[in-house]
Amino acid sequence: MKEFVLIVFMMLVTFGVRYPVLALVGRVNLPYSVQRALKFVPVAVLSALSAPIVLTNDGQWNVSFDNAYLAASIVAILVAWKTRHLLLTIVVGMAVFAFWRVVLSA
Amino acid sequence: MAVSRKREFIYGVRDTLPMIVGAIPFGVLFGALATTAGLSVTATMAMSLFVFAGSSQFVAASLIGQGVGVVVIVVTTFFVNLRHALYSASLGPYVKGLPQRWLLPLGFLLTDETYAVVIKRYNDTPDNGLRHWYFLGSAVAMYGNWQVCTAIGIFAGNSLQGMSEWGLEFAMVVTFIGIVVPLITRFPMLVAAVAAIVVALIAKDLPHNLGLIVGSIAGVVTGFVTEQFGESNVSHGESE
Repeated sequence: MKEFVLIVFMMLVTFGVRYPVLALVGRVNLPYSVQRALKFVPVAVLSALSAPIVLTNDGQWNVSFDNAYLAASIVAILVAWKTRHLLLTIVVGMAVFAFWRVVLSA
Repeated sequence: MAVSRKREFIYGVRDTLPMIVGAIPFGVLFGALATTAGLSVTATMAMSLFVFAGSSQFVAASLIGQGVGVVVIVVTTFFVNLRHALYSASLGPYVKGLPQRWLLPLGFLLTDETYAVVIKRYNDTPDNGLRHWYFLGSAVAMYGNWQVCTAIGIFAGNSLQGMSEWGLEFAMVVTFIGIVVPLITRFPMLVAAVAAIVVALIAKDLPHNLGLIVGSIAGVVTGFVTEQFGESNVSHGESE
């Protein structure tokens, strides 16, 4: 039941940001300043989501060589910056992450 | 005419194939992550079928795993997907005049990948009156791939013991890194990312994962203000 409600509302808010503007843009234009601000949404949201996962563990700071999330994230950022290739970034990041864990647990 | 429609549709599929290669790990990992985070198999599949918004589905799965409530997940979904309003505003003039039986599915199926492919088609080719078939081809290709990959991820996540300990959470993070880093092409974008990270970390102990929303808003506002400030400086400099 909770899952049903969750999915219905996720569907409504997602469709609610995709469809109305697509259908109405001829009549209703977003203010230019709003359009410019919206461009920062993906970068801001995804950064705000990722950072605590990378830098904390169970709510405690974890900034050390033992943190595979941090080590692999640094490598992934470099790969993404140099290549701008999503798939390559994922593969290299996961490989470094796995290697880091295996080496540390060995 | 039927041939041309079919050709536009197929071109849309064809030009979306590279995006699909990048989306396959997304879909498989979502299926695995969502089920290991505690979402039922039915709900995981339903989310891909009816929400169809990759990054917000990842975020939702992550939040479900952290025991976050429905309201915060829905609000977060809204924030994560808000960029689609911009895509819609950009595509709107090109689809103006299409009947609702076109606008409803095209709106529902709009994704980052389809937007990137379709806006290029609209910008680069003359109007042949059939480019919505191209849009549909791209959208249907992304949708079909997403469903198949979600199903594979659900199967893999359930059949492989300990998959939740393979660092699937990191797969989500590294995917976000792969999306975000190439978007940071200007100084204000970098400022937005740094502000979002710093504020999200400072606010990480707020209840209901509200630190994410506070950090997100801080990033958007700081980036926007930085951009405005930079431009007023530039125009001031030019006027002298």
